[in-house]
This record gives sequence, C-alpha cells and structure tokens, in this order.
Amino acid sequence: MAGFPRRRPGAADGGRSVSSVTATKRPGRTRTPRAAHGTRPRGPDLGAWFLVLPALLPILVLSVGPLLYGIALAFTDAQSGRTQATRWIGTLNFQDLLHDTLFWDSFRIGIVWAVGVTVPQFLLALGLALLLDQKLRFRWLARALAIVPWAMPEVVVGIMWRLVYNPDAGILNETLRNLGLGEGRDWLSGLATALPAVVLVGVWAGMPQTTVALLAGLQNTPRELHEAAALDGAGAWRRFRAVTWPALRPVALAITALNLIWNFNSFALVYVLTNGGPGGRTRLPMLFAYEEAFRYGQFGYAAAMGCVMVAAVSVLIALSLVRRLKGDQDR
Amino acid sequence: MSALRTSGPARAGQYLALLAYLVFLAFPFLWLVSTAFKPAPELASLHPTWIPEEPTLANFRQAFDEQPLLRAAGNSLVAAVAAAVIAVLIATPLAYVTARHRGRLTSAATGWVVVSQAFPFVLVIIPLFLILKNLHLVNSGFGLVLVYVVWSLPFALWMLMGYVRAVPAELEEAAAVDGAGRLRTLVSVTAPLLAPGIVATALFAFVTAWNEFFFALVLLKTPEKQTLPVVLTHFLGAEGVADLGPLAAAAFLATLPSLVVFALLQRRISGGMLAGAVKS
Repeated sequence: MAGFPRRRPGAADGGRSVSSVTATKRPGRTRTPRAAHGTRPRGPDLGAWFLVLPALLPILVLSVGPLLYGIALAFTDAQSGRTQATRWIGTLNFQDLLHDTLFWDSFRIGIVWAVGVTVPQFLLALGLALLLDQKLRFRWLARALAIVPWAMPEVVVGIMWRLVYNPDAGILNETLRNLGLGEGRDWLSGLATALPAVVLVGVWAGMPQTTVALLAGLQNTPRELHEAAALDGAGAWRRFRAVTWPALRPVALAITALNLIWNFNSFALVYVLTNGGPGGRTRLPMLFAYEEAFRYGQFGYAAAMGCVMVAAVSVLIALSLVRRLKGDQDR
Repeated sequence: MSALRTSGPARAGQYLALLAYLVFLAFPFLWLVSTAFKPAPELASLHPTWIPEEPTLANFRQAFDEQPLLRAAGNSLVAAVAAAVIAVLIATPLAYVTARHRGRLTSAATGWVVVSQAFPFVLVIIPLFLILKNLHLVNSGFGLVLVYVVWSLPFALWMLMGYVRAVPAELEEAAAVDGAGRLRTLVSVTAPLLAPGIVATALFAFVTAWNEFFFALVLLKTPEKQTLPVVLTHFLGAEGVADLGPLAAAAFLATLPSLVVFALLQRRISGGMLAGAVKS
C-alpha cells in the first residue's frame, strides 16, 4: 500500500521468512516421527494443555452456557419485571409462534433479505476480486477503498445511507433530478421501495468481506494452469470455467453459506435505516425478536423465536449446499 | 504474479469496471463527509451539492453540544481495548496448542468458529442479559467487555491459528535440539515470529468491539455508560433536515479510528487473513 514504508521481509509477514535461524535438517536432530492416528500427544504438550484449560473452561461456560439456557428459556413463560416465579409451559411458546402471522411475515422478509443481499453481493464481489487479481494500475487504491465499508461501524453505514436516501437533501434524488429521471421519492418510507433500498445497503456493506475471501481464493490458484490454458488457446471464459472456478468453489461455498447466516441474523443496519418500517416491511426476524424481548419483556417467547431462527439457518445452509451440489452434476 | 497479456480494448474495459466499483464503494462515504462540513442553509437547500460552498465546523460543535460524544468515545475505547487485550491473551495459547495438533482438535475449533456465527444473537443475548442482571453487571462496562471477549474469541482463535501454522515447527525443534527448554523456545523463537500476527488479531478484535452495536444497545441503559454507536442513534430521534449536519459529523468522527486501524491492517487483510480458511 502506498504511503507505508516497505517492511523488511521477515519482520512482519506473519513469520513466513526467517533470517536469523536456519531450519535445515541437521545431523543428530531427533525428530519425533509423525504420530500414528490416535496416539497421545507428547509429554511437554500435556503441560501446554494445563496452561490452556483454565482459560478454556470459563469460555465454554460463558458461550455454551447461555446457549443452553436460551433454549431452556424457550419452554418457559419468562418475562421481565414480573413478581411470580417463571414456570415451565412446554411447547406453548412454539404453538403461539405457529399462529403468529406477524412473526412469519418478518421471517419471510428475513429470507428475502438474506438471499436478496447474498446473491448480488457475491456476483459483484466476484467481479471485483477478478479485477483486483489483475495487474492494473491504481489497484492499491481500489483495495484500500474496497475495505472501507468493512471498517465502518454498521450504525454509521446506516446513518450514511439515510443521508444518501434523504428525500430532500439526499444525493440520490438530486442525481436523479439532474439526470432528468423524475423527482425521486422517499425511498426508505415507501411501502414498495423500503425493502429494496435496505437490501442495496446490505449488498454495499458486506462486499469487502466477500471480495477479500474470493481474492484470497484466487491467489491460491496456480498461475501456471492459467498460462497453460492460455497457451492452449482457451478464451477468458473457458479459462474461468476450467481453471479459476474449480479452484474458487470451496471458498465461494463457504463465504456464501456464512453470508446467508450473517444476513439472516443482521440487526444494526436495518435498525438504523428504517427500524423495521414502514408498516413492518423491513422488520427482520432479529428486530422482531429484539422488540419482543426488550420492549415487551417477553423473554420466553423471544427465546422460542431464536430457536426457530437457528433451525431456519441450518435449513438455509443445507439448501445452499444442495443447490451447489446439483449444479455440479449438471457439468 | 504475472498477469496474462490482455488486449488494449479489454484492458480499457477492466479500468472502466474498476472505476465503476470505486464510485459505488466510495460515494456514500464522500457524501457523509460532504454533509458533515456543510453549513445549515446549504443542508436545507433543495439542490444539494457535492462540495460544500462554505465548509464549516459548526456541525461538529453542535454534535458535541447535543450528545455526550466524548464520554461515549471513552466508553467505547475502554471496552474495545480491554476486550482486544483479554481476547488475545486467552486466544494465543489456545491457538498455539490447537494449531500444533492437527486433526480432531483443529476441526473442533474451526467448527466452533463457524457454529458461533450461526446462532442468532437474540437467543444468546436474553440468557446473557439475565445472567448479567443477576450478577449486577447490566449497565456496566465490565459486563460488556465480558460479552465482547467471549464473542470475539472464536474469530481471534481462528486468525491466530493461521499465524501459528505459518511458524515452522522445525524451528522450535531446532531450538530444542540446541538445548532450549519448552518455555525458552516459546519465548525466544515462537513469540517474536508470532508477534505481528498477535498485533493484527488484537487490532481486529478492537475494531469489532469499537463498531459493535447490538450487545451495547441491550446491555447499557444509561447515557453515561453507553458506547459511541448507541449514542449515535440518539441523533436519529427527530427526523428533521436540521439534524443531518451534526448526525453526519458525529458519524464521521466515530468512523475515523476504525479506518485508521484498517489502514494499518490493510496488507494483511488482502494478503493472508483468510488463508487459513482457504487452505483447509
């Protein structure tokens, strides 16, 4: 990156090169052969385990504990600010959820949002990653800028786009007016435009992570293959299909699955942009559950929603995997 | 990286595409900066311009008058630094042991990272809220740091594992042969090589905590305890055009630390941060 002094190799490259110590095989070096599967670790490492365990236990308690507690809460009538004791009520919360049309509306919106953000974002990020993988001038600038949305707090991203979308003082409507495309509108308040408007912000905000992941994947594809394919007279598209894509597939699959999960569970962006409005058109499941738990104090009911969302996320992943596998068979 | 030779028109097309990407990625931020420096009359104008005609700092002054921004920034800073330091202290030995034992343990750790991303925070936040309430840690910075550490640990562990793998085990073995004990080897061979990775991980954990909104919104009740992102949303109360300036000014300031840290991390992010995931 321009503006930074070039670091000495080996000083800060994650320890990939070593200057002071040589790692060649020396006579007399006793190297334990790779242990067969299932053997116990060597002595000193047991000591290392004892170092690690005290840290590991509280973490497991603090991360797994709340999770189990949360699942248990789903089967109770826990509420905030109540004097009576919390009781077990079996699957009553889940039965209520089944008939809660507002929740299912928000659930549907969550799915539309997750897919609507993830798919275009993937295509855009793939295009950008392919570009950044080329030797172009100004690439450093592109890389620096491409990461900006990632660095920003989600709340700021939401505020920023509210300024862009602002019906009177926003740059979007002004641009449309200047291009002679009508007067523009109040994008975030329109029943029809609110969800597409927040989806666009979602695409923008998550592009860097996806681009970086795909770029890392691209840089692991063997260059020789590309050159060999080019020598064989394969065009750009053929090269992409035959060389780039197969190497990229595992990364693409992983990042897509993760993006689907993240987006389905997203909160801050839409909370700031529309707070679920207008008329609940952008009320993502997380916003719904948050209101249920912390505005109305229905802890048990909100926990049941959380359980349903976890189940849904698992299904989302399974579906995305199945679709990819089917795509493989078509080839 | 030798790029393949590309014909002139194709190259021009690539530059055009790159320009389109740059515009798309940069324009909202430029608009935020522009709004932050605009005087009130220009903000109220029916034909907003890209460049403020009479740039002013009035919005920043007004923002500090309207909301306790300095205290909020202080709260954010304390929480983010504490969370980053503690997370790295815990994650480094864990990552070391895990990365040096390939196999079941490694996949278990990676699995935990992925699974921890999959759970809607709402399922975890309610029990956490109740637990912290019983411990009288709701509305306290300490409670928030506790949550941040647990929450940023999986990713920190995953990042660090990649850095540990980049340190050849042969080096440690060579040191052992030269008569250095286990601890001595860790301190004088492994630690110096790991240091840049540890710093990168800490910086990343810092930004994550600095930017975090959901937990802070739920766990912090009073304005004097709240972090910067939560206080920023207080500007959104009234939907008046007059409030846009201070809102933009505060949002711009809140972003600066994150941008600085990411600039420092830039080369590692594009280079090897996700290498661990790719090479698995």
